[in-house]
Amino acid sequence: MRSVLDERITLKYGAGGEAMRTLIRQVFLDGMAPAPTNGDIGLAAMDDGAALRVGDRWLVVTTDSHVIHPIFFPGGDIGRLAVSGTVNDLAMMGATDVLALTCAVIIEEGFPRGDLVRIQQSIRDTCAEAGASIVAGDTKVMGRGELDGIVLNTTGIALSDHVVPDSGLCAEDVLIVTGTLGDHGMAVMARRHGLALDADLRSDVAPINRLVRAALDAAPGAVVAMKDPTRGGLASALHEMAEKSGVGILLDELALPITAPVRAASELLGIDPLQVANEGKAVLGVRPEAAEAVLAALRAHPLGRDAAIVGRCVAERVGTVVLDTGFGRRLVTEAEGEPLPRIC
Amino acid sequence: MTDAGVTELKFRDPVRARALEEALARAVEAVGRAPVSVMHVCGSHEQAIARFGLRAALPRGLNVIMGPGCPVCITDVPEVDEGVALARQGVRIATYGDMVKVPGTGMSLADAQAEGGRIDVVYSVAQAVELARQSDEPLVFFATGFETTAVATAAAVLQDPPPNFFVLSAHKYIPPVMEIVAEMPDTRVEGFLAAGHAATITGWGVFEPFVARHRLPVVVAGFEPLDILAGLLKLIELVRDGRATVENMFPRCVTKAGNLRAQEQLWRVFRPIGGKWRGIAHVPNGNLRLRDEWAYLDARKRFDIDLRRLWDHAPPALVDACICGDIMAGIKAPTDCALFGRECVPHAPVGACMVSSEGTCKIWHQYGGHPELGGYGAVCAR
Amino acid sequence: MCLGVPGKVIDVRGEVATVDFWGVRRQVRLDVVDEPVAPGDYILNHVGYAIRRIPTGEIDATLALYEELLRRAEADDDLMAADVRGEIQGAGRD
Repeated sequence: MRSVLDERITLKYGAGGEAMRTLIRQVFLDGMAPAPTNGDIGLAAMDDGAALRVGDRWLVVTTDSHVIHPIFFPGGDIGRLAVSGTVNDLAMMGATDVLALTCAVIIEEGFPRGDLVRIQQSIRDTCAEAGASIVAGDTKVMGRGELDGIVLNTTGIALSDHVVPDSGLCAEDVLIVTGTLGDHGMAVMARRHGLALDADLRSDVAPINRLVRAALDAAPGAVVAMKDPTRGGLASALHEMAEKSGVGILLDELALPITAPVRAASELLGIDPLQVANEGKAVLGVRPEAAEAVLAALRAHPLGRDAAIVGRCVAERVGTVVLDTGFGRRLVTEAEGEPLPRIC
Repeated sequence: MTDAGVTELKFRDPVRARALEEALARAVEAVGRAPVSVMHVCGSHEQAIARFGLRAALPRGLNVIMGPGCPVCITDVPEVDEGVALARQGVRIATYGDMVKVPGTGMSLADAQAEGGRIDVVYSVAQAVELARQSDEPLVFFATGFETTAVATAAAVLQDPPPNFFVLSAHKYIPPVMEIVAEMPDTRVEGFLAAGHAATITGWGVFEPFVARHRLPVVVAGFEPLDILAGLLKLIELVRDGRATVENMFPRCVTKAGNLRAQEQLWRVFRPIGGKWRGIAHVPNGNLRLRDEWAYLDARKRFDIDLRRLWDHAPPALVDACICGDIMAGIKAPTDCALFGRECVPHAPVGACMVSSEGTCKIWHQYGGHPELGGYGAVCAR
Repeated sequence: MCLGVPGKVIDVRGEVATVDFWGVRRQVRLDVVDEPVAPGDYILNHVGYAIRRIPTGEIDATLALYEELLRRAEADDDLMAADVRGEIQGAGRD
C-alpha cells in the first residue's frame, strides 16, 4: 500500500487539508508530549492554539507563519495578514483579549525598503484595530533566491476565563458563519496565474477578536466550537470540526453568504468557493436555543453584517459534511492541495 | 432579460428540476427493467452532476456511468511522463490546472515542481503564448483536453506564436471512443449523453453514423441542472421507446453542422492518430497530434524527451491490473478490482475512474455505492 | 469535459473581446467563433476563447423545449394510467 506521505513535500501538504493534518500527525507529533491529562489543550489536539491552565484562568498560545504572493493584494497585505491570522487563532480559542504578539521577519536580499515600511505600518494599524501590541521581534536577511520576498511569523498569547475548542459540537447544534465566504482566496487567486480578471474582489483579512467577543457575550456558554476557515476554506474547517466532535454536518447551499463577484469567479475558474480561504471569518457552533441571539450580536457588528446560519449538526454520518444544493445532496470534500483554475 | 447571470439562473430552478426528476423516475420505471445504464462522456457533466448533488436525486433504477470524457482521467501515463520528463530536464512547462496533480508512472507535474521543475498553471493557451513572449527561453505548453480545448490550441498555433513556444499535444478526440465503448463485449450501456460543449464545435451531426451503426440513442445536453435532467429524461424516453436517434437538447449552443470555422482550424493544425487512453483501450483516431507542417513547434520533435530516467526507479505498473474499462462498460463494479481501496485510492489514483471527482470508483470510495444522503430531514438553515 | 461559461460582450477590439461574466470581466479571444460578435451579444467561453455566439432567443427556446418535454412526459403517464384503469375495469367485467 502506498503511503499518504510521499518522499517529497509537495504543495498539497501546505494546503490546510487532510494531507497537511496527516503530515503533522506522522512527522511533527512523533515523539512529542502526549495529550495532557490535566485538561490542557496541547499540540496533539491540533486546535488553533494551545491552552494552558494558569491558576484559575487559561493562557492561550498560538503561532503562525505567513507567506503570500502577491505581498500587497486588494483588501490587505502580508502585514495585516500576519497580525489578523494570529489574533484570530487566539480568538478561535475564546481568547479575545490579546496580551501580546511577537513578530519575526525573514527578508530576501534586495527587498525594497519602502515595501518593508508599508508592511510595518499595516502591522501597526492592524494591531490597533485588534487592541494588540508587538512586544518582541526578530529580523533575518537571506540571500537572493533563498526565499520569495518576505516571510512573517507571529506568535500570540492571551489570558482567558473560558476556552472554546474546535471539537465541542453536538447533534442539533447550529452552525453560523460570521460573513461572506471565499473573499480572501479569490482576491489573491485573481492576481495569480496571470488570470487577468477584472472584478471587485477584495480580501476579507481582518482581526475579528472583538466580533467574536460580541458573539460569546450574547449567550454565555452557548458557543461550543469555533474555527477560522482559512486555508482549505469552510470545507476543511467543517471537516475538522465534525471529525473531532463526532458529529455529521448538514449545510444549506442557498443560505451560504457569497458575494456576486466571488460566485462569478468561482463559476469562471471552476473552483468551489467552499474550498477557498477566508482571513476575517469564523464558523461558530451554537446551541440551537441561542442561535438567534448570537446571530443578532454578530450582525450588529460591522464585520458581522453578513453573518448567517448555514447548517446544523446531525448524529448521522459522523465526520462528514453534506451539502443540500436545492437540487439534491452531495458530500463536501476537502481540497487536495491549492485550488487551481480548471478547464473541465 | 438583460444579464447573463439571470438568464443562466433559469436553468437552475429547483422547482422545475424536481418536476424533471419525478418525470425521469417515472420514465425509468416505464422501461420496465432495472437498472437502466446510460453513459455520459463529459467531465463537465460529471462536475455538474457532482456539484449540484444530482446523483443523490436520480432514480435508483438509473445507472449513469461516467464514461471516458474527462481529459484529466484519460490522459495516459506515458503522456504525463513526457511532461514530467521535460520539466525534470529543466524545460519550463505551462499547462491547465487540471493536469498538475495527475500521476504519471512515478510522478505528477506537482512532484516534478517539488523537485525544482518549473510549472506554470494557465487558464488559457493564450496566456502560455504570452509567457513565452516575455522571455527567450523555451516554453512547452502541455496541451490537454478534447476537441473543444484543442481548437484553442489550434488558434494559438495559427496566430504565429514566438519561436520559443512549443506544444506537447495530449489532446483527444471524443467521437471514436464512443465506438469503443459501444463495441465492448457485454456492454450494458443503452444510450449516451453527449457533451454539449464538444458538440458546439463538432455539431450534433457527427453522431449520426454512430447511431446508425450501433442502434444506440445519443442525446446532446448542456451543463446546468435542468439541462442534464432534461437530457437524461429524453435519453430514457428514447431507450424506453427503442428509438435510436440523435436528439439535440442543447440548441442554444449546438447546431447540426457545428462551428465550421473552429473545425477548419482544428484539422489544419491537428491530425487524428490512434493511441492509448488511460485505463480504457487503444482508441483508433482518438489522439490529436500536430501535423508535420507544425513540426517546428512540436515538443516531441524538438526536444529529446528521456522517459527511461523516469521508468528506472518507478514502482511496478499498477495500471496493468486496473479494470477501469470494464467498470465503464458497466460489466464490473469497483469492488471487483484488486486495487480498489488498497493501491488505488483518491489521493493516489491508478485508473481514470478514481482520478475524477465523479469517477465510478471515486464515488464508490466516498459513498459506498449510490449516495444515500437523505434520511435526516431538512437543513432548516434559512 | 469542457468548462464553458456564458458571458455578455462589452467591447470588441479586433480579435479580442471584453466579456462580462456575472460581474467579472475578462478578455476573450474571437479567433474561432464562427459569427461576427458585437457588444451586447452573449458568447460561450472556453479557456479564454469564444466558441459560440448564443442567440438570445435560444435561451427561452431551450426552456420551452424542456416544458414541452415535461408536458409530454406527464401526458404519457396519464395515458399509461388510463391503460391501467382500463385493464382493471376490463378485469372487473370478466
